[in-house]
Amino acid sequence: MIFASAATIEEALEAMADGATPIAGGTDLVVGARQGKAPLPTSLVSIDRVSGMSGIVQASDGTRVGALVTHGALMTDARVVGPYTALADAAALVGSPATRYVGTLGGNIMNASPAMDTGAPLVVFGALAELRCLSGARTLPVADLWTAPGVTSARSDELLVAVHLELRPSRSGSAYVRLEYRRAMEIAVVGAAASVVLEVDGTIATGRVALSAVAPTIIEVEGVAGMISGLPVEEAGSLVQEVASLQAVPISDLRGSDRYRRHTVGVMAKRALSAAARRAAGEVIGVPVNRAIGVGSES
Amino acid sequence: MRTALVLRINGVDSPVMVDPSRDLLGVLRDELGLTGTKEGCDDCECGACMVLVDGGPVNSCSYLAVQAVGRSITTIEGIMEGDELSALQRNMIVEGGVQCGFCTPGMIVSAQALLASNPVPTEEEIRIGLSGNLCRCTGYAGILSAVTRTVSEV
Repeated sequence: MIFASAATIEEALEAMADGATPIAGGTDLVVGARQGKAPLPTSLVSIDRVSGMSGIVQASDGTRVGALVTHGALMTDARVVGPYTALADAAALVGSPATRYVGTLGGNIMNASPAMDTGAPLVVFGALAELRCLSGARTLPVADLWTAPGVTSARSDELLVAVHLELRPSRSGSAYVRLEYRRAMEIAVVGAAASVVLEVDGTIATGRVALSAVAPTIIEVEGVAGMISGLPVEEAGSLVQEVASLQAVPISDLRGSDRYRRHTVGVMAKRALSAAARRAAGEVIGVPVNRAIGVGSES
Repeated sequence: MRTALVLRINGVDSPVMVDPSRDLLGVLRDELGLTGTKEGCDDCECGACMVLVDGGPVNSCSYLAVQAVGRSITTIEGIMEGDELSALQRNMIVEGGVQCGFCTPGMIVSAQALLASNPVPTEEEIRIGLSGNLCRCTGYAGILSAVTRTVSEV
């Protein structure tokens, strides 16, 4: 195996143009190789020490989160926990403290698991992915990256360097809730993220909902904004529950049957919407929602 | 193809010749004889292989040794304070946190990482700090008490 360690984005891009696969924390790549899922690539370029990719930067038009920001940083950084709480909820559920110490947002996105935790939150924020290659850069919605389980639309010479999150309006809140059998070192049975903006009177102005582990990729529930606008939160939640279950196309596997997933993802969507609305109204619900209010709790 | 690496382990620069695809756990145990770090599931589930890399917890079974070059690695052998057990190690014995002992190095390393970043954790924070470590003997109560006692002694 050929191994190189890149110090700059350019060095990483040159290695990738020569066929190297990037590795940051290795929590998917190395574990996958050990499980026999896919052998380690014959050429690796380590990007964990590349400068300029591990910062969270606030600008007038939003926040830029470097691809090397770890889950441990995402779940505690005030620039994420405040405005993009669903992303912090999700990061706090990934793996264990060890996974969160070295595992990165970029790795979670580019691994493209349908059960990934950070994906649904990114979709409800309309996040943009910034890809770089030697000949240039392009930006596309994160949701357009995922094309199939483990597959992205990025070319093999393109490196995800950052994610851009738009500014959130006032009276907005978000949450990610997942159904899980064990909190540590386990992935979602199903999960749902919601972002909402409330009117002054507490009804819903607008909102978005996305789902984990019920389709070949993370999916956004279509038509949510038009459907829930102007409704009280409780009523909006019931509608979202119904539509999320209808739009889910889950598989059966050892974590659950397709019917079970279809039902429970609706429940998760409703709970995510409810928690997002409570946060939008100013209530402080700790990160992650799963631990703060218990996934089995309706309150 | 084998490559010459220098790994800084427990404060000592240790040269090794390894293939870059080798995991850190295998290099620690088989090349350097540091067998305190255990191979349990070999799948990033159990935490028996936990080491500190630059002070944070890492599953060494799933971390390439070559990625640790230039970083500071601490194994269970580096946790002792000179010839004395650390307070945490002593309290694991006192509180009955050790039975077969296989998970113990990983538990202690994870607890060490927690206490370094959060010297006075709540019980819930201790549970989260140890959530990547499995024990099949003790039922965890003694392990939690050992960490709690260590916190109370500070």
